[in-house]
Amino acid sequence: MADYLVQMQGIDKSFDNVAACVNCQFELLAGEVHALVGENGAGKSTLMKILAGVYRKDAGQIFLRGQEVDIHNPHSAQMLGITMIHQELNLMPHLTVAQNIFIGREPRHSIPFLLDELATNQRAKEILSQLHLNLNPKQRVGGLSVALQQMVEITKALSYNSQVMIMDEPTAALTEAEIEELFHMIHRLRDQGMGIVYISHRMEEIKRISDRVTVMRDGRYIETLLTPETTIDRVISLMVGRTIYESKPELPDTKSAEVVLEVKNLNRGRELRDVNFHLERGEILGFAGLMGAGRTEVARAIVGADPCDTIELKIMGKPVTIRSPKDAVQHGIGYLSEDRKRFGLVVGMDLANNVGMASMTKFLSTLGIINDKKIAETANDHVDALAIKTPSVHQRVRNLSGGNQQKVVIAKWLCADTDILIFDEPTRGIDVGAKSEIYRLLNELARHGKSIIMISSELPEILRMSHRIIVMCEGRITGELTSAEATQEKIMQFATQRSELVEKSREANLSTH
Amino acid sequence: MQTGTLSHETSGTAARSLVRSEALQRILAFAALVILIVLFSLASPNFLQARNIEGIFLSTAVNGILAIGVTFVIVTGGIDLSIGTVMTFCAVITAKLVTEGGVSIPVGILGGILTGALAGYVNGTVISRMRVPPFVATLGMLYIAKGLSLILSELAPIYFERGSGFTDLATGVIVSIPGVIDIPNAVLIMFGAALIGSFILSRTLLGRYTFALGSNEEAARISGVNTAFWKIIVYTLTGLFSGLAGVVIAARLNSAQPSLGQGYELDAIAAVVIGGTSLSGGEGSIFGTVIGAFVISVLTNGLRILSVPQEWQMVLTGAIIIVAVFLDMFRRRR
Repeated sequence: MADYLVQMQGIDKSFDNVAACVNCQFELLAGEVHALVGENGAGKSTLMKILAGVYRKDAGQIFLRGQEVDIHNPHSAQMLGITMIHQELNLMPHLTVAQNIFIGREPRHSIPFLLDELATNQRAKEILSQLHLNLNPKQRVGGLSVALQQMVEITKALSYNSQVMIMDEPTAALTEAEIEELFHMIHRLRDQGMGIVYISHRMEEIKRISDRVTVMRDGRYIETLLTPETTIDRVISLMVGRTIYESKPELPDTKSAEVVLEVKNLNRGRELRDVNFHLERGEILGFAGLMGAGRTEVARAIVGADPCDTIELKIMGKPVTIRSPKDAVQHGIGYLSEDRKRFGLVVGMDLANNVGMASMTKFLSTLGIINDKKIAETANDHVDALAIKTPSVHQRVRNLSGGNQQKVVIAKWLCADTDILIFDEPTRGIDVGAKSEIYRLLNELARHGKSIIMISSELPEILRMSHRIIVMCEGRITGELTSAEATQEKIMQFATQRSELVEKSREANLSTH
Repeated sequence: MQTGTLSHETSGTAARSLVRSEALQRILAFAALVILIVLFSLASPNFLQARNIEGIFLSTAVNGILAIGVTFVIVTGGIDLSIGTVMTFCAVITAKLVTEGGVSIPVGILGGILTGALAGYVNGTVISRMRVPPFVATLGMLYIAKGLSLILSELAPIYFERGSGFTDLATGVIVSIPGVIDIPNAVLIMFGAALIGSFILSRTLLGRYTFALGSNEEAARISGVNTAFWKIIVYTLTGLFSGLAGVVIAARLNSAQPSLGQGYELDAIAAVVIGGTSLSGGEGSIFGTVIGAFVISVLTNGLRILSVPQEWQMVLTGAIIIVAVFLDMFRRRR
């Protein structure tokens, strides 16, 4: 048997009698990047949180270098050299880089409880330079980009002399360049003999970065594969337990030339400049572009969530003024935020109330009392229509998977009788199986005459789903493509056009001087 | 390497704007205080009289000590509503110990301060171990301490012996510029408390974890900080300062007044907020709190000298609190 760095066997864990992990196993070698994949709710995060001491296992054994260990809290995991870098970064924004790195074991003076700030900064500097990171130890973490915050977390992990590093969706909020940076770092750490567990939904990344892949499904261990010897399709089919076809589905051909929404002359400072476009009935209009191109800003301006300098809106040909999201709802526009948990759902409330949230007045009796029964009935209809997987409509939304949460948001806007739906990154954080269901649902909605704006950073998604594609760059619309003429290359050209023009004009300026 | 250029850019600009904004906030509270002093001294010749300044010092002391203490729980993102009545309870304990227990004055003082720490410890335990929200837990303690004060004192003030020297602790004068101004001891105690508090908050493990709790408690916990334990310590420390305030107010009045106390917690929280400490936690300074305490007492004193009715003093204090927090939010948003 090989010398395993970590071995987990027969791990069971349940929350409130719902099993999250059943008889799970996991093995990690020193000097490997081991990807852990599975749909949301497959139990991968739970399993790793057990290893990192966040949760305590109900049953099973954990071996570190062949010795059984008892990990009862995050601190004991760290002392054993096991660190987890969580999806929602665990840093204290008000403290400095150095203070964050040494939290919990601050260098002290000889007098008890007195901090040695000098040593803290000095030692932080040393570790940072070992990692070739040019960060100021005295910088407050709250002022750093997500990518740099992540580097601080990695630095923190290394300062514990960690041998095992678990990364939960590390690239979710990073740009392409930052992902490259992170991968360099991961490779360097691997080559130093560290064992790295890499949890991700992004198959291309897993193919690139990992040496082995372990697949989990429904809280169970399925299989471990050597990455170079397997294919993405194989991994996906193991994940979902069925073979899904990624082929391009037929778009509903129901779009009519009837213009339902017209946006003209949308301007806001330097963020949005002269944005004009229209949306037709039954159409899915894709908004492509790089991060920060201004797509979300356009959506938020339309629904009145943010003020803008100028905007002319026409709905069904009639000029309208929208000053707040409330006005937007009354005009039949619903905005589905990319950050469902923060802006889309009241996760602590039940499904029924979330579905009714945007249209509560419909459920009021004449005395102004909320008719809970009617809400539950309506919610039930939507649960059936959208195939939301939930024990009942009284289930708290927090306990639903990402895909089902997204469906609840959709149900909310359908319940509010909106005809224009703006989806901002509708499949972010949703696993592969649920993704195709969301796609099917979008097609369904368009077929029934809803008009959809879909903002997405995933080009395959844009190409697969859109009748028409608008590309933005630096606050401007730089191109428009029909689904027939669109390719990834063309979209990327438009998405990067603006900066090239700037470069060129700058060059021209330079040459004239 | 790429990271180099990337980090350099962000750290440079972010650090600069941070320095600017933090400096701005300190200047704001301080400037407000200076402006108030200038306005009042222009409006009334009595304001800058030595007697009046001594009065301001004396009236700042108790609120200042309470505010310094409560700054700690507020930085953790919590709140302590019980500081006012706990203060009174500690005063009663000290008075009981000295007048009926027959102990020496220093022992009585120690008893009062430890009583405060004990009340804080109970608060912290209820919040941290029993997971009762701070607002509710300390609201409960507010009533408990109030009730116990009344029971123990049998509803009557307890007076210290005249000539026992106890009152000198607050009203006596060690530091003075002869013929110009006498600085009451109470305010020296407050400054001492401020120095110690500031040192704890910025230089010790306890201070670091106070900020960590307020900034991201879960992150601190996952980093291996015993958050439950440190939270209890923070509430205990706040209680300890309430105990000190109890001793000072007893010395100042040469008695323990069991019906006093309620309302003091709000003055103290107001001072903390005016001083720029965020109620959502993670940020704050003792220096700001002391300035905030002075803003409140200067305002009250100045308006009284101008014979503005007490009701209007309240209205103005309220407005200043809102403006202070608004300016702070405005700074943060930029």
